[in-house]
Order: sequence, then C-alpha cells, then structure tokens
Amino acid sequence: MTGTRPPGAGLSVEAEVVRGPFTLRAAVTAAAGEVVAVLGPNGSGKSTLLGALAGLVPLSAGRVTLDGSVFDDATDGTFVEAAQRPVGFVFQDYRLFPHLSVLDNVAFSPHVRGMSRGAARAVAAGWLDRLGLAELARRRPDRLSGGQAQRVALARALAGDPSLLLLDEPLSALDARTRLDVQTELRTHLADFPGPCLLVTHDPLEALVLADRLVVLEEGRVVQEGSPAEVARRPATEYVARLVGLNLYPGTADGPTVTLEAGGRSSCPTTRSAGRCSSPCGPRPSPSAPLRRRPPARATPGRRPSRG
Amino acid sequence: MTSPAPGPRDRVSAPAAVRLTARERRRRAVTGGGSRSAPAPLLLPALVAVAFLVIPLVGLLVRAPWSDAWRILHGSQAAEALRLSLWTSTVATLIALVVGVPLAWVLARTDLPGLRVIRALVTLPLVLPPVVGGVALLLAFGRNGFLGRYLDQWFGITIPFSSTAVVMAETFVAMPFLVVTVEGALRAANRGYEEAAATLGARRMTVFRRVTLPMVAPSLAAGAVLCWARALGEFGATITFAGSFPGRTQTMPIAVYYALEADPDAAILLSLVLLLVSVAVLVGLRDRWLRSGAA
Repeated sequence: MTGTRPPGAGLSVEAEVVRGPFTLRAAVTAAAGEVVAVLGPNGSGKSTLLGALAGLVPLSAGRVTLDGSVFDDATDGTFVEAAQRPVGFVFQDYRLFPHLSVLDNVAFSPHVRGMSRGAARAVAAGWLDRLGLAELARRRPDRLSGGQAQRVALARALAGDPSLLLLDEPLSALDARTRLDVQTELRTHLADFPGPCLLVTHDPLEALVLADRLVVLEEGRVVQEGSPAEVARRPATEYVARLVGLNLYPGTADGPTVTLEAGGRSSCPTTRSAGRCSSPCGPRPSPSAPLRRRPPARATPGRRPSRG
Repeated sequence: MTSPAPGPRDRVSAPAAVRLTARERRRRAVTGGGSRSAPAPLLLPALVAVAFLVIPLVGLLVRAPWSDAWRILHGSQAAEALRLSLWTSTVATLIALVVGVPLAWVLARTDLPGLRVIRALVTLPLVLPPVVGGVALLLAFGRNGFLGRYLDQWFGITIPFSSTAVVMAETFVAMPFLVVTVEGALRAANRGYEEAAATLGARRMTVFRRVTLPMVAPSLAAGAVLCWARALGEFGATITFAGSFPGRTQTMPIAVYYALEADPDAAILLSLVLLLVSVAVLVGLRDRWLRSGAA
C-alpha cells in the first residue's frame, strides 16, 4: 500500500481474529524503518492486532509475514510461538519484572535467547547507556518514575534485537508533562529502529508526532489509512474528524462550493466532483506543526457533526 | 451555636458529641479513618476466642515440671523423637515442593479434562480424617496392599512401620496445604508478566523458572511452612500406617500421646518442645508470612 519496496520486505498483515462477539478484520503493512500508528477508540481491536503480531493471539483467518517469513498463517496452520518471534513488545503497563533489577530486566531477552549472563548484562548496559538510563541499572522497577519505567520497557524490548517493534499505548500511563518529554525522545529512538514499528494509540497527538503513517481502526475495521497530513486533511469518518479537531458537515458539492444541509455554504477545495459530500470545517493541524491540539470548532449551523 | 432565646432552630437537635483526646486526634490525623474502638458485641466474643486459644497454652506452661525438665527430657526418648519428627517433616515438605508445585501449576494453568475432579481429589486430605488416610495408605502400600504386595514380592520392599511410611503419611496429609496455597497464588498472579517474558523470547519452562516462580515466592514459602507444620504435627495417619516404634516411627506427637499415659510430666515437656519449635518457625518466617497474607 505504501510506495514501492521489494516484495516480502517489512511487515504484512491480513488479520482476522474472532474473540467472542468481537471480530477484528484488518490489513496493515509496514516497511522497514517505517513507524505506523494504529489509531482507534477503546475496543476497536488495536491491542488484539498487536497481540496477533506478537503471537499472543492466534489468527482466525489470514496471514502475518515479516520480511518474507511467515509468523502465522491460518490457512495452512503455520504458527510461530511468541517466544520464537523476533519481536520487541512495549506494553502499556510496561510489565517490568518486579523481582529483577533494571539491568536484569533489560538483560532478560538476550539471556533467554542464548547469551551468557555476563554477555547479556553487557548488552543491557549498552542499551541503558544509549537511552540515558545507566544510573538506574541497579534499581528495582518499583523505584522508577513513570517516564523512567517507560524508557526501561523500551530498552528491554530493544535489547532482544527484534526485527519488529510493537508499542501498545506507550505514553498513556504517563502524566501530561512527562509525556511531552518522553514523546520527543521516543520519536528519536523509533527513528533509529531499522525494522518496521507498529504503535497503537487512542491519542491522535501521539500518533501524529510519532508515526510516518496512520491506520485508523474502528470496530475491528480499518476505516482510513494514510500520512498524518492526509488523514488530518480528509478525515473519512466522524471519529477521525473529531480526532483531528474537525467537524464534518453533510452537504451537496458543486465544484469547490458545498451547500450544507444544515444551511449555509462552505468551500471545499479537495472536493473534485459534484454530489453529496462531507465538508470539513475547523482548524486544520498542519503537518509541520501538529503539536497543539485544539477543540473541535463549533460553527453555529450544523452543530452536530455527522458521518460523511 | 449558643442562641440565648429558644427559636424554631432549636427543634433540630444537636448531633451527639464525644470528647477526642489530643492523642486520639493525632492518631486519626495520621492513620485516617474514624474511631478504632471496638463495639462490645464484637469485642467480647473476640476476647472469649483469644482466651480459648491461649489458656491451654498457659496451662502447659504452668504445669510444666521446670526443675526436673532436663532430667526428664534426657531420660525419655524426646531427642530421638524430635530428630525423627524434624527430618521426616522436612523430607515430606521437600517431596511436596518437588511434585506439589508442578501439580499446583497444572491445576492453575491448564484445562486438561477432568481437572475439577483431580482438584477435588488432591484437596481431599485437607478434610479427610487422618486416620482414614492412614488406613488408605495401609491398604495401598501395606504388605497385602494392591501396590505393596508387588513391592514386597518383586523388590523385597516393605513400607509400613518404617521411617519411609512416616514420610509418606506426612506427605499425604500435608501436601494439599502447599498445593492449595501455591495454586491460589498462581491464579492470582498477573499473567501479563508471563506474556511479556514470552515476547522477550522465553520458552514456557524458562518463563516458569525465571518469572512465575519468583513472583509466587512469598506464597511458596507460606505454603511450605504450612505444609511443614502440618507434617510436624501429623498423628493419625502416621500411627495407623507407621505405628509407634521409638527411633524409627515414633514422632513427637506420638511420643507425647504415649508419654501422657506413662509419664505425664514428660508429655508436658515434649509438648512444650513442639510448641517452641512451632513458635520459632512462625517468628522466623513472620515477615514473609505477613507479606503474603497482605498480597
């Protein structure tokens, strides 16, 4: 879906996961070095998607491949267990082992993947150094602040030398102030990661800042996909419009002019054809400065945003 | 509110007030919450319960022949019985750890068919009268038991009335304490850590060894202590299956029982020794015990 790249490279997912009454059906790709944010409300299936990629949840149908090798294929029954997948997972609640020091938490993956304890600790120390956590090496996780724990969780995921990085709501457990610091830093680290990176969030700001591309998930389906700028400019659903701070007004387009059903007119430069359409109205976060979130504009006519 | 003239407001009666000492005010400010004094309907039965539990122990202390203690203990088979009790209950606990912890894991983490029945069966010794356990062991492993017969014929092994029988009787009665405690801890443990370990490349056995076990360690210790204490006090199954041969199968509780007929003073002293050992274990493991109780 994105540009041209050698076939088989990067992550390719066609997932269907049935969990009781809920069904996730989503196709997502991510190229090497690309950061894809899966954005969606609670219950949209984001975490299920990550679980399927990590091997914590098997697919009901579909296929997951990374760089050409099959992780899960429901048609022929192929399944690679979570422990065998070269995946780094940063959990929303971090899940740092409470009985191990920070150093041993980060050394866990290299150690269980075959390195001697000493070598694994050396690798871990390298990562702690790189993420500016060296002085925390001896601490227990319960003595860390939220921001520190988040960084340690990232270091632990990276220390296993994964080919795919998965982050589940990486910043949601942080207070607003810490979040900004960690966010900036996280962007740098994600940019350094050579493989594909999938990050799940319900926070549009987080997605806009961290990701190269957005995939919007609603009720288990992908409703929109594109660069942050595209998604912000042309929100496909009410949910997306609200996320990016836009209201959608149903109306009838005649060239660039849209006659709104609720009365009034709006100009809509992106509308190319005539007919029914939704006109976005409100502040548009420009791709270069997406850092400030604004409340949705409330124009007098058509106060209720509706689906386009 | 000191209105001199009676007015319509006085019809609202003032809320009942108590006097708070400065000390009580400080306590409430620090610990929060309201009054800590217990209402009489709760306090009185609580005191009765404490008295009932403590008075017999006091009786033991009061009646003990302190002046002759050393001579009596030395003359009796106390040392032998104590040594036997300590090592058999320790071995029983070790056996329970080696097979009971995996059993607890299987009960907590798998959904094999018939697991409910197995759970009911392995917890049965908790409620089964120990004598029944002893009879059952005798019927299984006795010289004419359905397994014991072949042990005797093929290998010349006779279990009943040996120290092995003591260990088996104690394990039979005490292991469920460990299994139940550890299973509960495994069920309560956050599975998220195990998922995290899996994504970090740990296979299931590694997850168990490096994540699951350390996380349930406090409960494991509590369960092992419970198991050990129960094994130490085992009487009914032991005397049925192993008998009472001094030095071989006569454990402390059995020695106490027989001494009570022959030499009551010795019985009291032996009981005190057991009491001392139990208290020492409780005190020694108090921290872990309390922590696991809080968790």
